[in-house]
Amino acid sequence: MSPNATRGFSYEEPLLFELSRRGRRGAAIAAADVPLVDTRQLLGDAAAEDEVQGLPELSEVDVVRHFTRLSTWNAAVDLGIYPLGSCTMKYNPKLNEHVARLPGFAGAHPLSPPEQVQGLLELFHGLEGMLAEISGMDRVTLQPAAGAQGELTGIMMVRAYHEQRGDRRKQVLVPDSAHGTNPASAALNGYEVVPVPSGPDGILHPEAVEALMGEQVAALMVTNPNTLGLFESHIAPICDIVHRHGGLVYGDGANLNALLGVARPGDMGIDVMHFNLHKTFSTPHGGGGPGAGPVGVKRPLAPFLPTPVVVRAPEGGFRLDDDLPNSVGRLHGSYGNVGMLVRAYAYILSLGAEGLRRCSEMAVLNANYLLARLRDAFAVPYDQPVMHECVLSDRKFAESGVTTLDVSKRLIDHGYHPPTIYFPLVVPGAMMIEPTESESLESLDRFADTLLAIADEAQRDPDALHQAPQHTRLSRLNETRAARRPVLRYEPHEEGPP
Amino acid sequence: MLEGVGRKRVEELFEPIPEKLRLGRALELPASASEQEVLAHLGELAARNENASQADWFLGAGTYAHFVPTAVDALASRAEFTTSYTPYQPEISQGTLQAIFEWQSMTTGLTGLQVSNASMYDGASATAEAALMAMRITRRSRVVVTAGLHPHSRQVLDTYLRGLEAEIVTVPRGADGRSAPLAESIDDATACVIVQQPAFLGCVEDLAAAADAAHAWGALLVTSISEALCLGLLRPPGELGADIVCGEAQSFGVAMSFGGPHLGFLAARQKHVRQMPGRLVGETVDSNGQRGFVLTLSTREQHIRRARATSNICTNQGLCLLMATIYLSLLGPRGLRELAQLNLAKAEYAKARVRETPGLSLPLDAPGFNEFVVGVQGSAATALARAREQGIVAGLDLEAFAPDLSPELLLCTTETSSREAIDRLIAALAGDRA
Repeated sequence: MSPNATRGFSYEEPLLFELSRRGRRGAAIAAADVPLVDTRQLLGDAAAEDEVQGLPELSEVDVVRHFTRLSTWNAAVDLGIYPLGSCTMKYNPKLNEHVARLPGFAGAHPLSPPEQVQGLLELFHGLEGMLAEISGMDRVTLQPAAGAQGELTGIMMVRAYHEQRGDRRKQVLVPDSAHGTNPASAALNGYEVVPVPSGPDGILHPEAVEALMGEQVAALMVTNPNTLGLFESHIAPICDIVHRHGGLVYGDGANLNALLGVARPGDMGIDVMHFNLHKTFSTPHGGGGPGAGPVGVKRPLAPFLPTPVVVRAPEGGFRLDDDLPNSVGRLHGSYGNVGMLVRAYAYILSLGAEGLRRCSEMAVLNANYLLARLRDAFAVPYDQPVMHECVLSDRKFAESGVTTLDVSKRLIDHGYHPPTIYFPLVVPGAMMIEPTESESLESLDRFADTLLAIADEAQRDPDALHQAPQHTRLSRLNETRAARRPVLRYEPHEEGPP
Repeated sequence: MLEGVGRKRVEELFEPIPEKLRLGRALELPASASEQEVLAHLGELAARNENASQADWFLGAGTYAHFVPTAVDALASRAEFTTSYTPYQPEISQGTLQAIFEWQSMTTGLTGLQVSNASMYDGASATAEAALMAMRITRRSRVVVTAGLHPHSRQVLDTYLRGLEAEIVTVPRGADGRSAPLAESIDDATACVIVQQPAFLGCVEDLAAAADAAHAWGALLVTSISEALCLGLLRPPGELGADIVCGEAQSFGVAMSFGGPHLGFLAARQKHVRQMPGRLVGETVDSNGQRGFVLTLSTREQHIRRARATSNICTNQGLCLLMATIYLSLLGPRGLRELAQLNLAKAEYAKARVRETPGLSLPLDAPGFNEFVVGVQGSAATALARAREQGIVAGLDLEAFAPDLSPELLLCTTETSSREAIDRLIAALAGDRA
């Protein structure tokens, strides 16, 4: 098998501050056409005495080379498969980047009067409607800036719903396979988090929920398909149980990419859910955001939506409405990560109903295909048909001492971004692989061939895996040292930059 | 491929989904559209939004129209940055990690503090997270907030604190536009005092006095920066006693984009690092002793600590952080100072024109940076409409934001406001028709 990457033309590049040379400039400021003022005289002690701290002095060429070189040190979807489970690293169409930069979107101001931003308000209204149809929810807010803020918003609505009924519930149930954001979001709302064990088949069972359910439980948070890539097939009876005890069901939409046009959370009994536009709806992940985390609700929760909400104006068109007396309040300084909303809207329009369904079909087919190819060489803790992702483990390599971390680092040597590792926590040594629909058969085969070769190598030559990666600019990094002796900013050493 | 998974039809893959839960119909969405069609439709929607490239622009109030050097988007658009994710695998994410480390270094310098994280969603949520952080550090639950905090940030703060047993106390605005003295509002239950700099109505607050007042009771001073460019001109808040400096850095090369995606930031003192929300990048070495960077101190975070994490934040505003890092690299210390001075000079010029123009007034005496309140005759809405007819977006009608000041406008001048445009603005506000 030929490697997917070879030693290339790679540059060393110091920190900006080490490149700094006194007097260099990368951007000229426009000439003043008004008189300059004496800042000390005007602002007194509030004005700085010293020069601005913390910034380097560089030319434009310095800056361009610096960040271009840095960029070459990153793995990225545009370079190859990025099978990070639960992150849905699908291809991000270039058109969406272009439309988000149109001056009418990128140059719009959140406090312009509504009649001056009708194009955007119409887009919001359209996107809310499309997300409602896709999810089977009744109303959608686009405001939350990421999935975790969506969770926070959703659980706030749950709390507001109960409180309005004079019902002060204390607990939120969270399955043991859930993302860490779920318990953290519940705790931020003042709830006690109670873990729900998943069954031996990796999914939730009604009895486990029934056993914990009662008048004290505000909600169950559930991710479907779950983080093992398995569809929660008891979801309907589980929702019934929660509802019977007066609770609500929160749906974590991180894995919605499996269900587009196939099944809808709203039809399963989910009361409130978030969408990750940067996952399912293809807005780029940006090295850690910005994302967007719209939230959909069923009608009984609509009065609690965060303000403002997009409404039709009596005089025609749309406006943002703050007058929602039972609202949980505002979550964002404006109306969320609007640039991401524009991209997601363009994505949905491009694909249409059929294209979205095709996405999920291909995403699920790709995950099952990879699982079929890898099943014999790797341990498969829950060996059953999966949805959009599959979870393997390092259990078969116990004797040779090869771990999931080793396998991941060896993948890097072959030019692949590793899967999500050591998550979900219910699988020791988990490797969570989500190929997405973007990968062709050839791409999947090459990736599977590589993993099979690594599995073989794990038995024959474990040291090669312990030493990986060896083809990267840097070898394995010492994370323990970073945490024990935190160095969190540049501090000039003995001889600073000239 | 279907054969490879032992299936005949794609539909069979969805067997784990009970039949009654399947949709069984097509989604009611438009049919797929070509790139050409999507672009035409989006172009039409975009054309129906007023934007800063087609008007003389004086609207700020938390979102600022600054010039962005071309290299910022050219570099930040590189797919190696845009189509990567959180740098969980440091060996193949050094580009993102080093840029975050550089951002942390810049923001600690600008704020006068020792640690800074890898971004928050926006200035509003950064301020709310700062309050939560102060509550954890002090184990107190009372938050004192000046009226100068942006009303939307205040609303977000209220929202974040609603589920916790917290009390929020507001300090009113004084006559000159700065906050009234804080001391009376602070007590031994106070976790922090939040002071926005500059205040929503543009006035520069006395942070040293605020720090003294807060520290006298063992409370922390949180400074929320709404217009990050002011850091080019003002003394770093950390030097004046601020314990947490947070806020919005959209001004550093990020598009207005109707308010998002923007760039929340949060910096703090070294001793409080373990109470910080969000991602942190630290320096380390690889197995050959070469310098590299990794995500660190993750035991604070949701994916490790779950319900006991310092925050639920996961995905943040990484690409906006990159834009700001590139922007600040291009400007450098002298460029940022000059730009800030230019912004101030434009505002002072506009204020001087207001003073000499009959019918216009400056109701607040305190010095400001690049924003200020102007009193107009008649109604603010009429003045705004009159200006708009002449292609001028003349600021924010304060009626909904500071009813006591009506009829008045909050105006912002930046380097994009030419002297001629300011002259036209003043004439339009005074009632002259072009």
